[in-house]
Amino acid sequence: MNTPMIEMQVARYSPERDSQPYLQRFEVPVKPEWVILDALNYIKDKLDGTLTFRWSCRMGICGSCGYMVNNEPKLGCATFLSQYLPGPIKIEPLRNFPVVRDLVVEISDFLEKLKRVRPWLIHENGNGAGEYLQTPSQLEEFRQHSMCINCLLCYAACPISGLDPVFIGPAALALAQRYNKDSRDEGAEERMAILSHPEGIWGCTFVGECTKVCPKHVDPAGAIQQYKLAAAMEGMKQFLMPWGHRQEER
Amino acid sequence: MSRAGQARAPIRPSAAPQPETAPTYTEFHPRWYRPPISTYWWLGKSAYVKFILRELSSVAVAWAVALLLVQIRAISSGGDAYTRFLHRMSSPWMIAINIFAFAFLMLHSITWFNLAPKAMAVRIRGIRVPGLLISGPQYAAWIAISAIIFAVVLTR
Repeated sequence: MNTPMIEMQVARYSPERDSQPYLQRFEVPVKPEWVILDALNYIKDKLDGTLTFRWSCRMGICGSCGYMVNNEPKLGCATFLSQYLPGPIKIEPLRNFPVVRDLVVEISDFLEKLKRVRPWLIHENGNGAGEYLQTPSQLEEFRQHSMCINCLLCYAACPISGLDPVFIGPAALALAQRYNKDSRDEGAEERMAILSHPEGIWGCTFVGECTKVCPKHVDPAGAIQQYKLAAAMEGMKQFLMPWGHRQEER
Repeated sequence: MSRAGQARAPIRPSAAPQPETAPTYTEFHPRWYRPPISTYWWLGKSAYVKFILRELSSVAVAWAVALLLVQIRAISSGGDAYTRFLHRMSSPWMIAINIFAFAFLMLHSITWFNLAPKAMAVRIRGIRVPGLLISGPQYAAWIAISAIIFAVVLTR
């Protein structure tokens, strides 16, 4: 039996040659076990070696191979080619990021935002040495939000990330909430001061698409809404007890 | 022998269209392409359209609040004022606006109740309470209060 072929329309952009991206067509065989990443590697190996795209682990762990597949943000390694038969499949770089070349986007703005939310364990008396015990139920509190692989599909799905460049965005805010919910962390108050701003949690208008596209079920939209609720409660406590209020020990 | 000293294999020509002019190189920094965002970005996906409609529903909420205040003022101004208010409300365009506003108010309320389980991660004995148990009582209270109001209005 002949292997079916599918047309792939891949976005190409060379900063030195093109004023804007264009789509290039390729015919690719559809093998049952092939994913989008296999098809892109087939193009690079057999059809056009100049095609540039990020990838690494091929197993949904590294978060490198996020592309727009038929206008939906998807992981290239976790999206089967056969589900798009008879085609065509349009592959473009992730939306809401500047394009460096072909399917490669510039992510340094995200990395700066990620650092700003202080995604590490904070201890009031410096970094404590030794063990921090945690029960399974305490782990369950934040485990879901800790599954993020920084693939940035949520930024590509979030219209606010595209429209408002200062918005910190879903993954970074979810990660902040992941540390806030960690029983070993004491930095919730510090993060709240940074994130309870229009460019932080209040920039989110709860479109909810970040949660739908997340390949790791991190639920950034839920994390941000929970963060908003906590911030509102905190604001209310400060309003009712202006003479002095300290956040409860976690 | 160093890598730099090795003869390089010729680069295969790309299938992409050849440039009409000589390439211009950007020193030190690549020229990024920043895709423009259309004013009508929200028409591209049904989820985005629903989001914009939900945001617009706040206008209907403001309308309903303003209408309620006007109604209270008419009631407090006496029978004649209230009759004039009812007369204004019975005009076809006012009925049309209110039907439209009611539809948006329903959308606003339903999306709000559906949001609640997302914002409230309640855990009992380490297990997260299902969303239905958080939004369900809110829907039940909404229906119960609406039923009481209907009963009061209809048995007046």
